[in-house]
Amino acid sequence: MPITAVIVRLAWRNLWRNYRRTLIMIAAVAVGVSAMLFMTALLRGMVNEMIRGSVKTLPGHIQIHHPDYRDDPNVVNAIAQPQGALRETLQSDAVISWASRVRVPAVISSERESRSLTLLGVDPVREGSVSFVTDGMVAGRFLDRPDDAGIVIGRKLAETLETDVGKRIVLMSQDPANEIVDRGFRIVGLFEAKLQSIEEGFVFIGIDTAQTFLRLGDRVHEISVLGADYRALEPLYQAVVAAAAPQLSVLPWYRLDSYLGALLDLMDGFVLVWIIVIFLALAFGLVNTLVMAVFERIHEIGLLLALGMRPFLILAQFVVESSVLLLLGLVIGNLLAWAAVAGFQQGIDVSVVAEGMEMFGASAMLYPELLPGDLLMANAVVFLLGIVASFSPAWRASRYQPIEALSRV
Amino acid sequence: MSTVQCIGVSKVFRQGEQVVPGLDNVTLAIEQGEFICLVAPSGGGKTTLLNAIGGLDRPDAGEVWVDGQRIDTLSKAALADMRLKHIGFVFQAYNLIPVLTARENIEFVMQIQGVSAAERELRAAAMLAEVGLEGLEDRRPAKMSGGQQQRVAVARAIVSRPAMVLADEPTANLDSHSAEQLMELFVALNRKHSTTFIIATHDPRVMSYAGRIVRLLDGRIVEDIGQAAA
Repeated sequence: MPITAVIVRLAWRNLWRNYRRTLIMIAAVAVGVSAMLFMTALLRGMVNEMIRGSVKTLPGHIQIHHPDYRDDPNVVNAIAQPQGALRETLQSDAVISWASRVRVPAVISSERESRSLTLLGVDPVREGSVSFVTDGMVAGRFLDRPDDAGIVIGRKLAETLETDVGKRIVLMSQDPANEIVDRGFRIVGLFEAKLQSIEEGFVFIGIDTAQTFLRLGDRVHEISVLGADYRALEPLYQAVVAAAAPQLSVLPWYRLDSYLGALLDLMDGFVLVWIIVIFLALAFGLVNTLVMAVFERIHEIGLLLALGMRPFLILAQFVVESSVLLLLGLVIGNLLAWAAVAGFQQGIDVSVVAEGMEMFGASAMLYPELLPGDLLMANAVVFLLGIVASFSPAWRASRYQPIEALSRV
Repeated sequence: MSTVQCIGVSKVFRQGEQVVPGLDNVTLAIEQGEFICLVAPSGGGKTTLLNAIGGLDRPDAGEVWVDGQRIDTLSKAALADMRLKHIGFVFQAYNLIPVLTARENIEFVMQIQGVSAAERELRAAAMLAEVGLEGLEDRRPAKMSGGQQQRVAVARAIVSRPAMVLADEPTANLDSHSAEQLMELFVALNRKHSTTFIIATHDPRVMSYAGRIVRLLDGRIVEDIGQAAA
């Protein structure tokens, strides 16, 4: 392809005629792209923390319920423990962990105060691998057996009830026969959570103890499943749906918590907008560089046309120049971004604004995460829109009349 | 049929409200292998006629035919193709591509024509020898003298063996020795390859090499000496 070779050769050599301008433009693209990618990685890291934190708080990635339970969390809307195909699926490699829970509304009373809340009967070992509670103990201990007779409550709730570890409280709820059931429990531990509402709204007892207390038999209200990656959940979700009995309700995290699901969609959109905004700033520099290159070389453009080069090839030459410039900037920008993300793998401490971060459910440490999809999108947007932006000066260059261009010095 | 035929070609230039005649009803036929000088004082129309013949500019009226094809109505791309296949240009200001070496400048037109690398190399080497530039093939224009640059421009114009070479004041920037060498090269190429040379000039030294001299004044042909028999 002699024509392609000559176009590329001309483009490459012309690019380095004014090497300072070229280097400045490459640096601008590289810095812009690396900043774009690093900021995207930070945003992704923040959202990841928020979603992982929220998912870990209780929901897991997938939940299985009685079809009426979410509208009416009554003790009667219970389901059997997973068996057969569902149990096999839950024990497959795609599942990191799962836990069954008894989950009903209840009232807790100390000597001084009463509060309504959600009572969770959990298997301590399974629950520890699905949710946050075992990591969040601030006093005493977590439950150690399914038939543990103790209760674990939130730190804030303990303050409200003016109680503490070692003291007794009374739980009151309803059994499947609509009979009021109540029982005294000794507080064995206090947990803390990112959200105060969790500390105030949930208490934990052993699952066997809960089933006995509520006269539920072997039934539970919720099965929570944790997969490997909250973003790549669909195959596991479909497998669980297929394995679960048809009358069961199976929901992924983004439908269980539509706020988080919407947040993730919003972030995808925000990342694209962010990339385009940065690109627009770069585009001015890019177009300016090419416009200058065209103005400086009008006489040469006339010469090339006079020698028989088709206008399309003139356009192609400037587009190739722009492509080379963009590619060099992108390669360097990607490397810089990768180095920056790698350099902050231990996390960035944002404890100065920790309260604000925690309000949104994110932690005080940010872990930048560069997703292949973001990398691809940023590079594709910058490259393709860069080429589009370069078309205007390139088109102008190809439109000159040879004699008019040759007369310019 | 003649290699070049201009029939009633006219062209005016507008500078603000002022209208300057470039060519005024010029009719001219040039045969293959002619060595012709277009002679005129500055602004007389010789370059305008050369540009019209070369398809670099379009006349306002009249017809221009090159190798049996009417070119004044062709599209930009078709004109580019016509120039690429039929015409070699030598400009007063050499007009080499500054980012290419002497060899690459000479190979440039062949490259656009799609000539293979081996063939290009062979022809470029032969042409470098013919114009006496052996050893300078890897130099860029900025590192060559005016005479050397003009030789490269000539080599570029004729290496793809065009039917005709159009030269606009080719000796204007050369000393007398270089000018003489260039003209002898033109004559040799004209004789060897039967290439048609059309040279716009007002240099009497150049005219002395011409087989035919066409004089223009104010855009009109006022004298045509040595015209080949039709």
